[in-house]
Amino acid sequence: MKTAKGSEFLFFALRNPKLRVGLTVVLFFLGLSLIGPLLTHNAPFDYVNPAGADPPSSEYWFGTTTFGQDVFAQFVEGLRATFLVGWIGGGLGTLIGVIVGFTAGYRGGLVDEALNMLTNIVLVIPTLAVLLIITAYLEVRGVLIESIFIGLTAWPWTARAIRAQTFSLRSREFVDLARLSGMKSSKIVFTEIAPNMMSYLLLAFILQFGGATLIAATLDFIGLGPTTGISLGLMMNNAVLWGALYLGMWWWFVPPGLAITTIVGALYVTNVGLDEVFNPKLREM
Amino acid sequence: MRRYFGRKFLIYGLTFLLAVTIDWLIPRFMPGDPIANMLSRAALNADAAQVLYTYYTHAFRLDLPIWQQYLNFWNALFHGDLGISTYLFPTPVVRVLLRAVPYDIALLLPAILLSWLAGNRFGAFAARTKWLDNTVLPLGYILTATPYMWLGILLAWVLGIVLGLFPIAGAYSFDLSPHLSWRFLSDVVWHWFLPFASLFLVQFGGWAIGMRNMIIYELEADYSHYLEALGSPRRLVRNYAFRNALLPQLSGLALQLGVIVAGALVTEVVFSYPGIGYLLLSAIQNQDYFLVQGCFLFIIIGVLVANFAIDIVYVLVDPRTRKGMTGEKA
Repeated sequence: MKTAKGSEFLFFALRNPKLRVGLTVVLFFLGLSLIGPLLTHNAPFDYVNPAGADPPSSEYWFGTTTFGQDVFAQFVEGLRATFLVGWIGGGLGTLIGVIVGFTAGYRGGLVDEALNMLTNIVLVIPTLAVLLIITAYLEVRGVLIESIFIGLTAWPWTARAIRAQTFSLRSREFVDLARLSGMKSSKIVFTEIAPNMMSYLLLAFILQFGGATLIAATLDFIGLGPTTGISLGLMMNNAVLWGALYLGMWWWFVPPGLAITTIVGALYVTNVGLDEVFNPKLREM
Repeated sequence: MRRYFGRKFLIYGLTFLLAVTIDWLIPRFMPGDPIANMLSRAALNADAAQVLYTYYTHAFRLDLPIWQQYLNFWNALFHGDLGISTYLFPTPVVRVLLRAVPYDIALLLPAILLSWLAGNRFGAFAARTKWLDNTVLPLGYILTATPYMWLGILLAWVLGIVLGLFPIAGAYSFDLSPHLSWRFLSDVVWHWFLPFASLFLVQFGGWAIGMRNMIIYELEADYSHYLEALGSPRRLVRNYAFRNALLPQLSGLALQLGVIVAGALVTEVVFSYPGIGYLLLSAIQNQDYFLVQGCFLFIIIGVLVANFAIDIVYVLVDPRTRKGMTGEKA
């Protein structure tokens, strides 16, 4: 039974063009971030080109900055930061959202009232403004700290969605049966409810991943990103700061933004593809 | 309906309370001492620094008990006193902010409303229309995944620098001063266009896709099938689906406000557009704590007001909320 279901999932997954395209693009960039630094012998911050700014060439694939730094070396390092923020920030956001949503939806009553109130409050507050002032007061920041802060502020919509989903699952017969048979609450949540929500969790995580990378890019762009290391947002920040726009140095600001757009766009497309795989109603006719 | 608004007001009240508390807390409990920072820049000898330190601690009332400071903060807030900007000394923070607000309203209100209306219309139109679905919607995904500042940079570079069609910095030309004339107004609109376009385009993509997916759900709903079975014209079925799909899109707008504010912030930075976002960045860079607090407060108030406006529209649009059949929006 289980294998039959698994192969059915694979059957539709492999035949869904959205899922195929999206996943391929994301995996391509993930691979590039992993092996990219091996393709260049330049460190991201080293002043390697004595001529200063040069357009892309066979020597420097993405050209060099005003100071003669290798843009490609910075780019692949920045990709790593982007994926790190996605995994950690998006993961943490999903985790908190799932815990809050599950608890609120399954417990109901006062616990639900309180958690729902908290969710709604955090939902209204523009999180970037909060992140801005928090990071502005931190002297030294790394990508890790940034991701954690992003995760801590990004959870409310996931919590809300998971809560609604748990609500609808909780009143089904099979959950009632489990409860009547004397199963512990925690066991019911993990063995009866969670498996029915796995697809939902996966979709939520993908959206959180994309959201976290976009927020990180925004923070980095206004100069409140990591003070140690490089990221794609920071590259755009540097490019604008040193007049790349006026000097027409497109190779400095186009690749980082294009990479973020492509990765996040591919994630969204993957998400829709997965949605179609999980939900037969949405499949194209 | 009373219950609906009662609940909303409770949430907004608590949000405001929490936001003001955060606003008050952050400068006080973050590492780093603003007064010590300020004095360290003045390079004084130790004795003089000590005297000045006590003086400023007293002047900013930082020597009072914590709870007293907190109450004073609220008290000042209700008197419209947000302190004095150190970066634009001696202008009161409130005046600095009020000068920036018109630019934000001019930028955000049209961008949000127009993109929402146009995106929804377009998404509904594209859903289940094969060629549009396959050609234009990928574009929507790309747009909604674009970081606001990158689209801003691209537009500034292509339309502003390469083609030289639009100015890429400020709200009006440097050789003009604000006054009521055609020349000035057209100059303002000309400067306004690119920041507006970047905000509009990114949001447009998101709404179009949201609506397209929503319509597909609605067209699969029982009532749609029933209408089709009765032989209703396609237009009619779509109209019903559209109206039903608008409701979640409206709650979506409330949820998106925070993201849109963030987008506006960086867009203003890219185009040096003198709204609150640009001001907030200058305030942070110049360590002007009062201005940072003021900007944060204004952003919160703006978001709360916008949320409230959406709630009212929701009641007008959804008869169920009006009749008290549901206490809360989905």
